[in-house]
Amino acid sequence: MAELSKEIVIMKGIDKYYPGVQALANVDFTLNRGEVHALVGENGAGKSTLIKVLTGVDQPDAGTIMLNQQKINIRSPQHAQALGISTVYQEVNLCSNLSVAENILIGREPMKWGSIDRKAMNARAKEILQKLDVDLDVTQTLGSCSVAIQQMAAIARALEISSAKILILDEPTSSLDTHETEQLFSVIRKLKSDGVAIIFITHFLNQVYEVADRITVLRNGALVGTYETAKLSRLELIMKMIGRSLTELEDMSKLKQESSQHIKSEALLEAKGIRRANALEPLDLELHGGEVVGLAGLLGSGRTETAQLLFGIDKPDEGSIVIEGQPVNKYSPLNSIAHGVALCPEDRKDAGIVGELTVRENIILAIQASLGWFKYLTTREQYEVADKYIKLLNIVTPSPDQPVKNLSGGNQQKVILARWLATNPKLLIMDEPTRGIDVGTKAEIQKLVISLAEEGKSCLFISSELEEVLRTSHRIIVMRDRKKVAEFSGDVTENEVMHTIAGSLTETA
Amino acid sequence: MVQRIKLYIVQNGPLLLTFAVFLLVYFVGAQMYPVMQKPQVFFNLFINDSSLLLVSIGMTMVILSGGGGIDLSVGGVIALVSTASAAMLRSGVSPYVVLPLMIVMGVALGALMGWIIQYLKVQPFIATLMGLYFTRGMAYIISLTSVTIKDAVYKKIALTPIYIPFMEKAYIYPTTLVGPIMLLIAIYLLSFSRFGRTIYAMGNNEQSALLMGLAVPRTKVLVYAFSGLCSALAGIVFSMSLLAGYGQFATGMELDSIASVVIGGTSLAGGVGNVIGTLFGVLIHGTIVSILQFNGTLSSWWTRIGVGVLTLIAIGIQSVTYIKRKHS
Repeated sequence: MAELSKEIVIMKGIDKYYPGVQALANVDFTLNRGEVHALVGENGAGKSTLIKVLTGVDQPDAGTIMLNQQKINIRSPQHAQALGISTVYQEVNLCSNLSVAENILIGREPMKWGSIDRKAMNARAKEILQKLDVDLDVTQTLGSCSVAIQQMAAIARALEISSAKILILDEPTSSLDTHETEQLFSVIRKLKSDGVAIIFITHFLNQVYEVADRITVLRNGALVGTYETAKLSRLELIMKMIGRSLTELEDMSKLKQESSQHIKSEALLEAKGIRRANALEPLDLELHGGEVVGLAGLLGSGRTETAQLLFGIDKPDEGSIVIEGQPVNKYSPLNSIAHGVALCPEDRKDAGIVGELTVRENIILAIQASLGWFKYLTTREQYEVADKYIKLLNIVTPSPDQPVKNLSGGNQQKVILARWLATNPKLLIMDEPTRGIDVGTKAEIQKLVISLAEEGKSCLFISSELEEVLRTSHRIIVMRDRKKVAEFSGDVTENEVMHTIAGSLTETA
Repeated sequence: MVQRIKLYIVQNGPLLLTFAVFLLVYFVGAQMYPVMQKPQVFFNLFINDSSLLLVSIGMTMVILSGGGGIDLSVGGVIALVSTASAAMLRSGVSPYVVLPLMIVMGVALGALMGWIIQYLKVQPFIATLMGLYFTRGMAYIISLTSVTIKDAVYKKIALTPIYIPFMEKAYIYPTTLVGPIMLLIAIYLLSFSRFGRTIYAMGNNEQSALLMGLAVPRTKVLVYAFSGLCSALAGIVFSMSLLAGYGQFATGMELDSIASVVIGGTSLAGGVGNVIGTLFGVLIHGTIVSILQFNGTLSSWWTRIGVGVLTLIAIGIQSVTYIKRKHS
């Protein structure tokens, strides 16, 4: 192939704004023929927006896309497919009620006398799958197949229908087991040798090193850089993904130092070998009053799953949880609230805030729930509670009667915090409490967490931002691959934790 | 082999169940009222329920297409078609003009509702409810009272029996054939055309169907247009069998039709089911009506109760199998 056409896609200076956020800022991206190009970054880094722009789901606000040296405007997913750009999503976007063969060929079925020739269709589908070294009964419904097979079908469809030159795999391995992942990788390698350009999005860094030729890192909507996989160490990659701001908050560490004297010796919550299939390997955990425990690790490492088990949203398959000496025998959020446990969930839009209700109503929700239906807080009491926390947390709102959806993200987060603080919990679990809010508010929330600990509460602080975890936590637990891999005291260096997250320490040692 | 049979039973469970229920209800009826053992009683099911069968075929397609798909306008379209055609025939318009015109009107009404649902993003329930109000209202505007049809062509079609070969004195009418013909067309469309397969795909997951590059918007409009066609045909059949047109015709038929579709094993969530099940759903409805007629003393409202209980059972079985599948 002529040197001219080494790059199949060149994206230059891509900007994309959504209401209130800049999802992509001046991002460049090039994709070569016959390469596997990993796209990595934490949540909100802009990976999916970049893919949406490339597949025509969204239009960029600025920047150009060149396909085969030609400037193009990708109008719609259909247009992208026609251009040979296909995407296979984590959630397989096929129809589980149709047969495997139909899923591969629907819209392009072989016809005979004006009707679908099922025999020819099944034969054709089988042939395509065999090219990918997959052999199965194509007449069975897709829903009865494993996720891996469903993804193979999706890939087969992409190759057949749009004769894909560019294949985007969006988190394809997150619901596959090791064997299925291997199966998928062998298909990826085969396609690569056929000259298909593959964009591979994943949170699993070892998989990046297993199949990718080059890596592009995004952070907060901006390009960090594109690197040859062989020339980028795992540690460097994580540093680039997580990012480090150099503005160290000295007083914060002082605060933390002081508050560490108040840590109580007896455990407030003790989890012994809690395990849940496909979510968490057996985990031991002890949380003390007056202590902030940080939970570090990449997305999908089991952080959120831990929080959900501790709060009783999910029931552990094995193991036990003891709170203040009382074993938990009924796992439900309501029971946890009764035990003095509170959880600020990860996705505040989906799982926390009720946007239509006012600040006051949102704050009193959890107290009301713990009181039951019949003990109703009077309006006056509600205002008292709301006013107290609006002052305490410095929530910026014109009045307690403002609908929460009109508040900024940071203030919404504070409202959720207020809701749980109002129940006066002994243990506060915060899952990504600072995601998507500005730096100033972040620091405020971090300080608040420490001062809560000083009051004797126990806090479990979950965050993707390592810097933040280090700054606020007295003790840090590192998760990887749904397992607790290490536990550090709060004065550990960032490098050491990063090594652990990456897994290189435990592997070399 | 046993495995295959098992698989077949699991996959076609709702359909087989409907078939079994029909046999059971008919058998019980035939035991209680030996008249029902005559072939003619069986054919009467098709004669009496031909309109219900027609609208239910359209309804099945609409429900299969998912996204809360439902067509509440079917009874109204029947009323409007019957009244409009009766009024036109009364003022001397040729039936050869009236018939195609009615079909065009039904298709156009259906397509309009489909367009409103697809492009104005109105809930199907609301859009077709408005369609019901509009059509029934228009029927009353045309005439407040029943309009009789005296047209010769209509009379001829309505009253010419077709004798069933090899069966003694068993007959149907030409209008009775419309339903089964549309049924065959629907079977073909749903199983062997891209249009039909797209209906199943979008019924399962509209987003996926879109991402697979299928013509989802067009299919959705066409599905409602098809239902409009079925309703128009049902209206013509209805007006021919009663030789009249009236705004009150087919009151509540949309609900009977939905019940038949659901009893036939089609999931209200879309993507699962077929028109053969719907046929048996309609036949069950007809059988219950016949039994009550032969009984003569029971209130006709027992039909509703019977159909209601069966629908509940059908939906119960659906959700149980759905839960099972979700867990496995």
